[in-house]
Formats: sequence, structure tokens, C-alpha cells
Amino acid sequence: MTVTDETSREGRPEEIRAVPVRHWGRWVAAVIIAYIAVWAVYSVVNNPNFGWDVIGQNFTITAVMTGIGKTLELTAIAMVMGVVGGVLLAIMRLSPNPLISGSAWLYIWAFRGTPVLVQILLWAFIKALVPQLSIGIPFGPTFAHFDANSLITPFVAGCLGLGLNEAAYMSEIVRAGILSVDQGQAEAASALGMSRAKTMRRIVLPQAMRVIIPPTGNETISMLKTSSLVSVIAVPELLYSVQIIYGRTYQTIPLLLLASIWYLIMTSILTVGQFYLERYFGRGTAQRQTMLERLWSNLRARRTAQRTAVEGRER
Amino acid sequence: MSGVGLGKPGAEPPEPADGDGPSGAAPGRPMVRSEGVCKSFGRLDVLKGIDLEVMPGEVMCVIGPSGSGKSTFLRCINHLEKINAGRLWVNGHLVGYRERGGKLHELRESEVAAQRRDIGMVFQRFNLFPHMTALENVMEAPVQVRRIPRAKAREAAVALLERVGLADKARSYPSQLSGGQQQRVAIARALAMEPALMLFDEPTSALDPELVGEVLEVMKQLAVDGMTMIVVTHEMGFAREVGDSLVFMDGGVVVEKGTPREVLANPRHQRTQDFLSKVL
Ligand SMILES: Nc1ncnc2c1ncn2[C@@H]1O[C@H](COP(=O)(O)OP(=O)(O)OP(=O)(O)O)[C@@H](O)[C@H]1O
Ligand SMILES: [Mg+2]
Repeated sequence: MTVTDETSREGRPEEIRAVPVRHWGRWVAAVIIAYIAVWAVYSVVNNPNFGWDVIGQNFTITAVMTGIGKTLELTAIAMVMGVVGGVLLAIMRLSPNPLISGSAWLYIWAFRGTPVLVQILLWAFIKALVPQLSIGIPFGPTFAHFDANSLITPFVAGCLGLGLNEAAYMSEIVRAGILSVDQGQAEAASALGMSRAKTMRRIVLPQAMRVIIPPTGNETISMLKTSSLVSVIAVPELLYSVQIIYGRTYQTIPLLLLASIWYLIMTSILTVGQFYLERYFGRGTAQRQTMLERLWSNLRARRTAQRTAVEGRER
Repeated sequence: MSGVGLGKPGAEPPEPADGDGPSGAAPGRPMVRSEGVCKSFGRLDVLKGIDLEVMPGEVMCVIGPSGSGKSTFLRCINHLEKINAGRLWVNGHLVGYRERGGKLHELRESEVAAQRRDIGMVFQRFNLFPHMTALENVMEAPVQVRRIPRAKAREAAVALLERVGLADKARSYPSQLSGGQQQRVAIARALAMEPALMLFDEPTSALDPELVGEVLEVMKQLAVDGMTMIVVTHEMGFAREVGDSLVFMDGGVVVEKGTPREVLANPRHQRTQDFLSKVL
């Protein structure tokens, strides 16, 4: 929006007001798609097999609500385990000590190389593998004994299965983020007398965040859905909760749809949250705008353009 | 900053203190003393025996062709690179090692970090922390490393930004500053640790020509205030006006050292003459 004064406007040739190209093909396609959409919505709404009344009646019942709570809890715990474990594994992999980087590599190799469903099942049946867990020094004295059965409940097994698997994936994301930070940053920090740990925490990781956050958001959204896998070990999260209900009432499709709608709502909210997180960690660089902000600034720009055009014509 | 007067080179050849000696710039003792410093990367010998002395308050400028090892030498001084042979003292302390019973012991990471606190470094590409404002960049090390209370560090940082002429840019992020402004913030950031020695590695060669002057002006003021400085630069005007000594490096050795006037006007060595005829 440069302000043009009268003298320069006077000398300029007339502004171009050409007729834009009409994209007829796009119009035809839009009409066809709109027609199909209307038909689809109409048939979905009017098909009694969808059981909209059942969905409506059960949408916010206690069993569903506690299921959602468990799903969110699982997602949060697994992601915290994933992020913390991922950062640790990433730093280990970048260690100059081959034993440390080697063991991180081995962990990632094992946990990424096997299906997460199998890992969840293994954790659930861990009691068959090691019936007694004890804390102590290997080959030395033990301090505490646990019964695996009472310690590893299905919920704990679910968290372990999802979280430890996620750590392996997150470590690759974190590592890529750390490597994306210019070497000069760590150098400047050391030159100021900062320790390696502090350099990592204060200088490198915050900058790596810009690279780490977007895929981590995707991982979280994906975890919200993957957490439904723990229904196989009877953790009463959202999917398992509706399975229990339709096991009783045989209203399978409506209840699965109900769960899907809730998953959609939750992933949509997470997507919005992810946008703001990305923007926060992108500070100091070019900022992205929200759709609303973009709409608003476009409107404003258009209005000022119109006003200047009108003023120009009036002169 | 450091309250030492302008010690001129060529005074009494001072005794290097041993690695465990007390700190503080004793008069007559060099701030930097390098004896036969060698550095190689794999089979590539980059430094082949550097002998130099920089006295407190001295401004030493270093010139030389690309790849001659100027940056590497600066990085050795604050132990960003480990030297392979020779000895290097800063302010009387052996850099990176402790000598005990005729043997060198590597210093712990925290001890190396402590040594670096007395040495400020300014890089060609600024290396400001992009996720922090100018003020936060300057405050970071005093707060995190020297554990100075935030309010006090902020006060000092504001004063430093004022000193480099950027008081009004305190809240800007590096990406919102010009190259010259970024480099001045970088100088303020290094000064915030109250170093006894400042190292500059081509501080103006990434800048547009019209921005070079503002950075050199800040450096000149620093020199007037008595800071000991080693400046790798291609700004011969700065070297002549501000430098107390000028070193020409080539192929990993010091070819020639003298006052800037001598070296620039009558270089004694053929290699220096060839280099100067190309850059002047
Ligand atoms: N980390 C490293 N690993 C391997 N070789 C290196 C490394 N750092 C520097 N070198 C080599 O050492 C030589 C000297 O490099 P240095 O950066 O000290 O030169 P310089 O005099 O500063 O040159 P310039 O004027 O281009 O900055 C170069 O040949 C360079 O390739
Ligand atoms: Mg260099």
C-alpha cells in the first residue's frame, strides 16, 4: 500500500482494468461436486441404518465420556514418554561415545522394527516373561520386589507399549531438529563459556523446536488414533467403551460412527493447537497467519485499494 | 573494561606463568603467548608452529590469504580447537591443559568453559541466537553462566547496547536487524562477559560495504578503551589506524610481524608483498 501522491498519479498511464479469464471447466466441476455432496448428505441423513437417534442418545453418556478421558490420558502420557525418551535417545545418538550412541541405535532399531500392536500385547503379557520385578543392583542386593501382575495393569501396559514405541520415532524427529541448527550457534554458546548441557537446553533445542514441533503435532494427532489399539488389552478408552456398549445392544455401526465423530472433534482441536504452537516456536522468523487473520488483512487491503482507486477517479 | 593501559609490544620478554598461576593481568606479562603452536586436521597441517605474543591493551591485526589458518589460530586461543603441539597461554593460564609434574592433563569441560569466559569472540557470520531479542542475546551468558540476577544483567545489557549505539533495538530479533546492527549486538554480547581479551574473526567481511564503518567504529572505541584485541581482517585502513601490530600469516606460519605502518609500507618478505599487492 504505497501512498502515491497526485503528481506521480497524474503522469501515469491509465490503470489496467482487464476482463479476467473465465475458468468454465472449474465451474462445471464445482457444480458436479456440489450435486454429489448434496446427494451424499441426503442419503446419509435419511438412511435409518446410520442410527442418528442412537448416536444422539449416546453421544455424551458417562461411558463415552470416561472413554474419551482415558483416550486423552493415554495420548498425553504416551506423548510425554515419547518426547522425553526421544530427546534422550537423540542426544545419546549424537554422543561421541560409541557405546552410548550404539545402544540408542539398538533401541530405535528394535522398537521401530516391530509392530506397535505386538509391543502392546507383549507388555500386557509381561507377567509370563518376568513374573517378578525387583529394584536393585544386577547380581547384587535387591531393594524392592513387585509382582508384575499388580504393577503392570492393562493401562500401564498400554502406556508402555505406546510411549516406548513413540520414543523411538520421536528420537529421529528430535535428531533431525538438532542437526538442523547451525553449528555456529553451539560454537557461539561455547565461546561465551556455556556448558554443553546448557548449550543444548538454552540454545540448540529451542531452535530445533521449529523443526521438531510440526511433526510432533502430527505424531500427537496420530497417537490419539493409535491409542485405540489398546482396546485389544481391554483398556477402557473410547473405542473399547463403545465396543462394550454395542456388544450389549448390537448397535455396532451407530456406535462406531459415534466414536469416529469424537475422534474427529479431538483431532480437529489438536490441529488448531498445533498451529499456534508452531507460530510460537517460529518467532524471530517470518510469521504465518491464521485463515481469519489472512481474510481480515485481505479485506482491509482491498478496502484501502478501492478507496484509493475511488479517490483517484474523483480527482 | 579491563583497566590496563596500552602495553606496547617489544617490551621486556615476559616469563610465562605456569598453568596454575593466579589470574589478573600482571603488567609486563603477555595476554596471549603462543609458542610453536601446531594444529592439523587429519593429515592436513593447518598451523605449523605459531610464535606470537600479544600484550595487554594491544590490538593485533592478522591478515593472510584464505586457508592460511587465521580462523583456526583464533579458535585455538579459546580452545574451540585442540592444538596438537606447542604451548598456548592466555592471561598466564595454559589453554585447555594443566601442567603437573612435566605432564599435560586435559582440563575438564567446566574448566575449559571457565577459561572461555574471559575471552570474547565475534564471528564472521554473527551467530546471534535467533530465538532471542537483542537484549536477551546480551543477557544470556551473564545470567546463565555468571549467574548474575536478571535485573542487574538487564541493566548492564541495556548499557552495552547503548555503547554500541543500539539502545532502541533492544527488543528486536536478529532477523529484524541489518547485518551491521547484528554484528554490533554480537560485540555487545561478547562484552557482557567482561572479557580480558576479544577475538574478531573477519567481523566485517559478511557486511554490505556501507555497513562496515559502523562496526569498525565500535571496535575502534573498544581499542581506545584499552581492550586487548586480536582482529583477523581485510580492512587495511582499520589495521593501519587502530592496530598496534600487524601479522601476516601464510601456509600456517607467521611470515611477518611488525607495526602496521612498517608491514604495509615496506613488507620485508616476497610473500607479504605479493599478498598486499593483490588486496591493496
Ligand atoms: N574442522 C575442520 N576440519 C578439516 N579441515 C579444516 C577444519 N577447519 C579448517 N580446516 C582447514 O584448515 C585450513 C585453514 O582454515 P582457516 O579457516 O583457519 O583459514 P583462514 O585463514 O581463516 O581462511 P579464510 O580467510 O578463508 O577464513 C583450510 O584449508 C580449511 O579447509
Ligand atoms: Mg577464516
